[in-house]
Amino acid sequence: MAGLNRREFLISSGAALAAAGMPTLALAQGESATPKRGGTLNVLINPEPPVLVSIFQTTGPALAVSSKVLEGLLAYDFDLRPQPQLATAWLVSPDGLKYTFTLRQNVKWHDGQPFSSEDVAFSIDLLKSVHPRGRSTFANVTRVSTPDARTAVIELSKPAPYLLKALSAGESPIVPKHLYASGDPLSNPHNNSPIGTGPYRFKSWTRGANIVYERNPDYWAPGKPYIDALIYKVIPDAAARSAAFETGALDLGGENPVPLTDLPRLTQLPQLTVETRGYRFLEPLSEVDFNLDHPILKDLRVRQAIAHAINPQIVQRTVAYGYADISPTPITPASPYHDAKLAPYAFDIETAEKLLDAAGYPRKDGGVRFSLTHDYLPYGDMYQRQAEYVKSALTKVGIDVTVRSQDLPAFLKRVYADRQFDFTSIGVNTLFDPSVGVQRLYWSKNIRLGVPFSNAPHYSNPEVDRLLEAAAVETDEGKRVVLYQQFQQIVYRDLPILNLVAPRMVTLANRRVHNHTVTAQGLEGNLADVYLSA
Amino acid sequence: MSRRLRFSTIARRTAWQALPTVLGIVILNFFLLKLMPGDAADVIAGESGSATAETMQALRAKFGLDQPVLHQLWTYLSHLAHFSLGYSPRYDMPVMQLILSRLPNTLVLMGVALTLAIVVGVALGAVMAHWAGKWPDRVLSVLALLFYSTPGFWIGLLAIVLFSVRLGWLPSGGNLTIGVQLHGFAYFVDAVRHVLLPAATLATFFVAIYARLTRAAMLEVQRQDFVRTAHAKGLHPWRVTVRHVLRNALMPLTTIVGMHFGTLLGGAAVTETVFSWPGLGRLALDAVMARDFSVLLGVLLLSSLLVIVANVVVDLLQAWLDPRIA
Repeated sequence: MAGLNRREFLISSGAALAAAGMPTLALAQGESATPKRGGTLNVLINPEPPVLVSIFQTTGPALAVSSKVLEGLLAYDFDLRPQPQLATAWLVSPDGLKYTFTLRQNVKWHDGQPFSSEDVAFSIDLLKSVHPRGRSTFANVTRVSTPDARTAVIELSKPAPYLLKALSAGESPIVPKHLYASGDPLSNPHNNSPIGTGPYRFKSWTRGANIVYERNPDYWAPGKPYIDALIYKVIPDAAARSAAFETGALDLGGENPVPLTDLPRLTQLPQLTVETRGYRFLEPLSEVDFNLDHPILKDLRVRQAIAHAINPQIVQRTVAYGYADISPTPITPASPYHDAKLAPYAFDIETAEKLLDAAGYPRKDGGVRFSLTHDYLPYGDMYQRQAEYVKSALTKVGIDVTVRSQDLPAFLKRVYADRQFDFTSIGVNTLFDPSVGVQRLYWSKNIRLGVPFSNAPHYSNPEVDRLLEAAAVETDEGKRVVLYQQFQQIVYRDLPILNLVAPRMVTLANRRVHNHTVTAQGLEGNLADVYLSA
Repeated sequence: MSRRLRFSTIARRTAWQALPTVLGIVILNFFLLKLMPGDAADVIAGESGSATAETMQALRAKFGLDQPVLHQLWTYLSHLAHFSLGYSPRYDMPVMQLILSRLPNTLVLMGVALTLAIVVGVALGAVMAHWAGKWPDRVLSVLALLFYSTPGFWIGLLAIVLFSVRLGWLPSGGNLTIGVQLHGFAYFVDAVRHVLLPAATLATFFVAIYARLTRAAMLEVQRQDFVRTAHAKGLHPWRVTVRHVLRNALMPLTTIVGMHFGTLLGGAAVTETVFSWPGLGRLALDAVMARDFSVLLGVLLLSSLLVIVANVVVDLLQAWLDPRIA
């Protein structure tokens, strides 16, 4: 059980070491613990982030850059166990309603103001009101009290067992109260020129070209960071990104920086290396969403037939180039709540044909039973490949599929606002906890017109609602696992969504870059430990 | 004096025609853009991978997208009347500032590319016309056809593979080396090294057109009587080609170059993307993908102004080249 036991006091043993400036996390990666000072690290950022602070926008690139300047209360090891960042110790009350954080001393904002519990209280309130996920993550927070400058206490009306996993720098950044207290936080000028407590200070942002950060010499961990400058380069073209890795213009890039087709060629180069850890906070899942309002697809037998006609192993091997784990349930194998007893629907054309016959759709002239249109999420190129595979797989059982392309806003409007779709190939991030990342996809109360990544199929099952709501407030880990397993069994059977694979994201790095992935946040961590050799 | 009067007539006529044209362009563009499905809030929610109805509402209110469409148009026009291009929701900064930060990059790229295209194109065209039907003409014709039919992004990528990855002579992208402070000659060299590949890539297509155009126009002029006279009075053949034929053949070329000025802005989007060049074309492309309408309207408005200015310059140039015009 990798999860946390909330009935115990959790005081990290790493806190004392980290406060003393020991590279505890660096040692965890098993590399040499004598980092070199100096150098400039060139990191890919794609697409260009709209803002540099991830408090009201959580696009991947915004998370990646925000966390270098603005830190969170906690960091996380690869098993999502909390590690100290701005909080050095934390304590959860036995009823799960009170979280007490002891904050790091002598931390200063980049403008010289001292960091205190007031900033934490203010930031949690702000996250609750403007953050795309904060509204649900912090929904049960009644208030954040500050008994003294070093202590912040989050008080809840109901338990929120996922809360301790949501306090990373990218997900829940702590912003300076003295700069955000007045005016509209969404148009605060510091969203584009951030002031934080982190290892890097914002220097410049040339729109369309680069974002430059410099070393914060007054960082609270003495000696860190090791590099002098951190440059994020905006390179929109995929082939140009590959070339930039080859020439050494780029040292580091996350979230599949080059097309998977280019990866075998690039990893043959002696200077480049691949890392697949550091994405536990995203945990993407590729799936086929059915529109349950559709006259044909609302029949369970048709959806079962489609499930039997699609081979998840081909999706894994051909669509994801092997960088994926098969996941027949919405809670992926990486999660402690995953139900491993559920196997994918057997790949069986004959069963599929029988189900379609039984549903009243015999093969007509030309062998076609009926026609459907398939939309795919235009983000990266994986879902287009998946859509093409779905088309070819379903042709074999007599379903004529037309694949339809559109850009991202058009896709989101079609699926979530207009609902003019039959079924889709889509990827969602299931995130660090099912309450935050999975519940929204199946919970009938999240059937929200116009809200992306809500309950797209219009799936409604009172028992599923009950299980999800119970798991969201269950403080006993064992009981929570049981609740989520029951949930997985029901949605596996009801099949509003056909879950296929959990893609493993790839980080590409030059070998001269060390310690870039030392926490579960990967490149979305604060990169305080990174150093360059040679 | 009469020449100055002629120029001012041209300038006044263009200004009189430009204003309603620009206004029409703005209004037409506005409604065309509103026809696109989805808005900036959808994009941000989609990229964030999460949203609630409340955060979507907050974003739309911030961007002014919760207002009726005609109200949005009126707001935009009244901003325009105050010489403001509005505010970009995506980039969180005034559109004018955003465009002005990108404009010099695009003008540099376009200027170098166009100059390169004209110089090389006219030179090749003159050579082809001079030896029309002989082997230099044949070889260059094939080359021009190749340039004309090869897509720009492919040439760009191959140039990157050859000159940046294999040979390591030139940088693969960007417009300046980041993180170093260069001045004077070092700055100039750095800028030239960065502009060379994208400008050459952008120029190839136009080299082909200008070469063909120059060749055709020169062949036409060659048949005229004054050329025969020039030959008859014993001028050197190259002198006839350059002084008498080429100068008269430049008229159609200036017209086409003026029109290409606008095309280059659009065509630059692809080259700018391949070479990570922070210019206007890419800004426009990003603005479409992000449904950042105020930026897109600003870029389109500016492009139309540039085209109008380019046309004025061509008119004036032609009046200078051929006094019979205007």
